[in-house]
Amino acid sequence: MNFLLNLVASLGAVVLGAIGLIGELAIFAFVGLSHIFRPPFYPRLILRSFMEIGYFSLPVVALTALFTGMVLALQSYTGFSRFNAESAIASIVVLSVTRELGPVLAGLMVSGRAGAAMAAELGTMRVTDQIDALTTLSTDPMKYLVAPRLLAGIIALPLLVGLADILGVMGGFLVSTQKLGFTPGTYLVSTFSHLKAEDVISGLIKAAVFGFIIALMGSFNGYRSKGGAQGVGAATTSAVVSASILILAMDYVLTQVLFVK
Amino acid sequence: MSQPKIRIRGLKKAFGSKVVLDGIDLDIMPGTGLVVIGGSGTGKSVLIKSILGLVTPDSGLIEIDGEDVLKASPSRAKELRGQIGMLFQNGALFDSLTVWENVAFGLLAEKKIKRSAARGKAIEVLAQVGLDAGVADLAPSELSGGMQKRVALARAIASEPAIMFFDEPTTGLDPIMGAVIDELIVDCIKRLGSTSIAITHDMASAQRIADTAAMLFEGRVSWSGPAASLLTATDPVVDQFTHGRAHGPIKMALRR
Repeated sequence: MNFLLNLVASLGAVVLGAIGLIGELAIFAFVGLSHIFRPPFYPRLILRSFMEIGYFSLPVVALTALFTGMVLALQSYTGFSRFNAESAIASIVVLSVTRELGPVLAGLMVSGRAGAAMAAELGTMRVTDQIDALTTLSTDPMKYLVAPRLLAGIIALPLLVGLADILGVMGGFLVSTQKLGFTPGTYLVSTFSHLKAEDVISGLIKAAVFGFIIALMGSFNGYRSKGGAQGVGAATTSAVVSASILILAMDYVLTQVLFVK
Repeated sequence: MSQPKIRIRGLKKAFGSKVVLDGIDLDIMPGTGLVVIGGSGTGKSVLIKSILGLVTPDSGLIEIDGEDVLKASPSRAKELRGQIGMLFQNGALFDSLTVWENVAFGLLAEKKIKRSAARGKAIEVLAQVGLDAGVADLAPSELSGGMQKRVALARAIASEPAIMFFDEPTTGLDPIMGAVIDELIVDCIKRLGSTSIAITHDMASAQRIADTAAMLFEGRVSWSGPAASLLTATDPVVDQFTHGRAHGPIKMALRR
């Protein structure tokens, strides 16, 4: 009987903890977002975060997109050649990259790169009292640390994904023309013949949401970390894991909302 | 008798089931220095963090200039707390900024100074803590512990606060550097006429930087008196603590 009660009690504690955490996260997100629109603004910090999230992620995202486009062309050729549908390869590559793989893979890569760094930096600032020090120096840490990162994430990811779209198509183009025997002209024509503006735009909307998620989970986990080096490590791990899972889950939700009418 | 600069009544704070502050009463008169002593985990840091607004107490009253900051509007509370300068235990310097940017941080945040003039002002303040202009453009991590402490002190005094808090200002420094930092602290609070609260485990330091002392024990102020009498006080708790005796009324909890 006691065992059962303990089981129920610990289950309840977990549920309560999770609900509390979601509430905390929601308040954190709301406060962080609201600071984006209220002065004082910190252009210097926004630019710095933008460089961290966007500019320094360029090589990683570019390589990911290029190889993804290449492998997509190769894989779909293997499948489609079995029923003489090779001509669909160009469309498959461009639609998969713009609508789905560009934003998701860029999101996952950036969360591993920039989200982790964000959590580690804010976590270290927390455990060394730097966040408290901000408060004592008449500066709101949510405004100074969190808002610039959220804004930078929301702006940087769509730009990265725009580039990923181009490089992904280029990867498919390279493999199709160099290896699979397509003529460059035909490939490009069939790439753009079925592509609509909304395919690209919906991908960029996804990217903005993912950028927000990465910055939010990075800041949230870093901001509330405690307990020294171990706590910072744990914060970094949960920042990446939670951002990745949220990206994949939100990807489904957004696809449902944006594409299924 | 004039009004205390800081007046605390019945301040309570518990974390979960662990009661840290259990009804603290303190008066700090303008221009005087108080040193708070007590074992690790007795809530000294929680006390000053409550005054700073970094920790929200469960109940009680914290008055600055006769106004209760816990009941004041957020903007008024921010204003009242804005007169507090804080020296953190490990400095808490911003490692992404240079030394001068750290020192001028509060002035820039309060818009008391233009960015173009900030570096010059920061060098002026650095001079007050015995550092020359050469360190202004270094990163905090390039400095020794004693120098970091000086920069942190410079940052705390830059906006000439009416109230200063010092959290273990001499911990981790050699005795000579400790005495130097104490001297700087006394210099600064004398010059600015600040009211101060210091936390320390260093009895020599306590007597140098404070006028009065308060002993925290079991969540309350168990003894208070002139800082000069710390080592001669007959109170058994103070006597055990100041003389570092392993046995006495204070039983050190090994687990928190």
